[in-house]
Amino acid sequence: MAFYFVQFLTGLASAASLFLVASGLSIIFGVTRIVNFAHGAFYMLGAYVAFTLTERFSGAFGFWGGIVVAALVVAVVGVLVEMVLLRRIYHAPELFQLLATFGLTLMVQDIVVLIWGPDDLLGRRAPGFKGAVEFFGQNIPSYDLFLIALSPVVLGGLWLLFQRTRWGILVRAATQDRDMVAALGVNQKWLFTSVFALGVFLAALGGALQIPRDAVHHALDLRIIVDVFVVVVIGGLGSIIGAFVAAVLVSELNAFGILIFPKISIILVFLVMAVVLIVRPWGLFGRPEAAARRTPGLTVNPWRPLTSGERMLSLGALAVAAMLPLFAGNYALTVGSEIAIFVIFAASLHFLMSVGGLASFGHAAYFGLGAYGVAFLAKAAGLPMIVSLLLGPLLGLLGAAVFGFFAVQLSGVYFAMLTLAFAQIVWSIAFQWVAVTGGDNGILGVWPDKWAAGPASFYWLSLGVAALAVTVLRIIVFSPFGFALRATRDSPLRSEAIGINGKRVQWTAFVISGTVAGIGGALFAYLKGSVFPDSLGISLSVDALVMVLLGGVETVSGAVIGAIVFKAANIWLVSQTDLSKLVLGGFIVLMVVAFPKGIVGTLEAIRNRWRPSETKKSALATSRVEVAE
Amino acid sequence: MSMAPPLLKVEGLSKSYGGVHAVRSVSFELRAGEILALIGPNGAGKSTCFDMLNGQNTPDSGRITLLGVETVGRKPRAVWRLGVGRTFQITATFPTMTVRENVQVALVSYGRQLFNIWGSTASYAREEAGRLLDLVGMGAYAERPCGELAYGDLKRLELAIALANQPKLLLMDEPTAGMAPRERIELMRLTARIAREQSIGVLFTEHDMDVVFEHADRILVLNRGSLIAEGSPAEVRGNPQVRAIYLGEGLVYDARHREGAGA
Repeated sequence: MAFYFVQFLTGLASAASLFLVASGLSIIFGVTRIVNFAHGAFYMLGAYVAFTLTERFSGAFGFWGGIVVAALVVAVVGVLVEMVLLRRIYHAPELFQLLATFGLTLMVQDIVVLIWGPDDLLGRRAPGFKGAVEFFGQNIPSYDLFLIALSPVVLGGLWLLFQRTRWGILVRAATQDRDMVAALGVNQKWLFTSVFALGVFLAALGGALQIPRDAVHHALDLRIIVDVFVVVVIGGLGSIIGAFVAAVLVSELNAFGILIFPKISIILVFLVMAVVLIVRPWGLFGRPEAAARRTPGLTVNPWRPLTSGERMLSLGALAVAAMLPLFAGNYALTVGSEIAIFVIFAASLHFLMSVGGLASFGHAAYFGLGAYGVAFLAKAAGLPMIVSLLLGPLLGLLGAAVFGFFAVQLSGVYFAMLTLAFAQIVWSIAFQWVAVTGGDNGILGVWPDKWAAGPASFYWLSLGVAALAVTVLRIIVFSPFGFALRATRDSPLRSEAIGINGKRVQWTAFVISGTVAGIGGALFAYLKGSVFPDSLGISLSVDALVMVLLGGVETVSGAVIGAIVFKAANIWLVSQTDLSKLVLGGFIVLMVVAFPKGIVGTLEAIRNRWRPSETKKSALATSRVEVAE
Repeated sequence: MSMAPPLLKVEGLSKSYGGVHAVRSVSFELRAGEILALIGPNGAGKSTCFDMLNGQNTPDSGRITLLGVETVGRKPRAVWRLGVGRTFQITATFPTMTVRENVQVALVSYGRQLFNIWGSTASYAREEAGRLLDLVGMGAYAERPCGELAYGDLKRLELAIALANQPKLLLMDEPTAGMAPRERIELMRLTARIAREQSIGVLFTEHDMDVVFEHADRILVLNRGSLIAEGSPAEVRGNPQVRAIYLGEGLVYDARHREGAGA
């Protein structure tokens, strides 16, 4: 009994940091409507800065002062970020906001390693809380008790701040109606900046307070952000009390889940989240969102099938690509195969995002599931390559069918957060369930059969499948189903009023998209000869998003160009610099701010401008990014 | 009048939010080919009524029978399948498609081809879409991007979309809101003509009394959630209770017409 009680207290202590970070995220979202992906990065920065300060200044004052000063320092960094970056994208579609703040996260990862090095750092124990309290033969660190007491204090403090101060009342008013608050003469700019500063302060404080419990390392950001997303989805975005309750719930589920399913404890959290989403899609304490902002699809130019000239051009490009083995070496062909595979992956996400308006932040899950599907079939069942290639993607289909069912119940940022959380859950399973997946060691020796083993034959195989996948997806875009999907994206109200079951249409699109991603993953397993949890990871999901954005989210098949350019540049970049995350992150931020239409979108806009009859159209299209709400 | 069963029968419809009775025991009937106006001051419960009729909102109590089928508890898309077309107070169309494609999507849905992933939408029911667009006077705009249309044209496009499932009943929530006076009259004339020709029942809410008195066969007056009067335009105009409660617009209308008669 005492053991369970201690386990319960450990859960409560873990909830403290989670609550601080999640409440910060919720406060920022409530006012600015931005889901700050970089919140995990601020949490991590808080931990690193606090580490440095508490090492430098000794004594109790040095420790506690260091923690608070660290949070303040990071809050100042947050203010700079808000003023320089976020102010430019408050009116951009939420997908761009998520991506820009993710780019920031990538940059911080490399910066942190540059400053503090790649090794784990062990911080000081908290003065006055070094010992443990004995409870029926079980030891509880006294610092845990301090953290348990802290969360209600912070919750109460925030409550007072929002109920009893003028600033808090303004913030609450802005949460309900930003425009009205602005119309009443409140300086929105500084309100937003101060709210952001408070949110970042809470995140950094959460990170700083973790140093006596946990090593500081450069992967903290993604670990916390996924948990925080799960917390705010359960608790309801924008609700502080929701963040508190959900943080406790998730932490307790983790604490006890370890006892029940030691290998895959995260399943329990997933099940609870699924139940909450079915019963209350907007979270336990959230409010149902008014009509969600449309994510992509900024353009007013209706899509057209390719003209016969464009079709010949595409076939010509494909023919040129098919001739690559005649003059390129083995390395170039392997790179070519990889690019073709990523064209498949990017096209599958593009279908979901551009046509369906559903920006998945965890699309790698289905890519990776396809890869694992092939690995299981080829290694465990010993099936020939062609059979594995055909059946392996079915695992991606299955995953997309299960997760997609829940994900399409939501839209906008909730959809993005949920897909990210799902992908992270699949990743955790692949990572933790060593007996089946090999864990971190992956599954090795997934080699192609003889007929596809040579670099040239494998390249042709990949290229052929990529061309087929892109063509099939294009056909679907212009099919009745494609129009039903676009109708659901454009106006849920109207599509429901003409008999379209939007959720079912979106679910079907999710399954199609996940299956195509799984096909890419299946080929990827054979290309690499192995499968690792990385092929389900967040960074791969974000790579896909960048490819889609780079190609042009408003286009029909821009992702093809995006994937080719991005993958080629990425392979080159990794060979040139150790700071590829910093460069990639900076590139993402720059692209979102300066270049939101992508390569193909920009080309189309230029072409339209040169057509005298369509001048009006292109003018509308270019001004849409500012006005898109 | 014929003894055919009514197209729409509403009995004891009620809905309250917290302590506020948005709609209180409203009952009425609508026959095929009849144009019925639902009027009342702001907050009278018109939109709540409307949303319950097409399934967007669920009543606390009461029955809605459409062509003999009970519709309470059905989703809007199921009510649509029964033959109800709807236009919205603020137009809801598909801005990234052409005008024709907007109608084609509705026709795809009507033809139960929503999950057809292999066909071509461009050639699907192309003529039928063109016919519907001609009917509302939008034929010349068929290939224009819907996102570029003027507001009055969007209202007409919405009407074409709403007619795609060959509805028996049209629900139009403030069909002329935000339109120029001349466009209002044109749109309502068009609606009335289509309704008579195809024997469609029309229920509409409207703030413009000129539109209401000119086109409605019958008028329902809602105030604070309750039906306070029902009858022909002349009866409703003469009803002292309506005048008392519905002050502003009714008097203005009357005054204007008296002036007109005097001149």
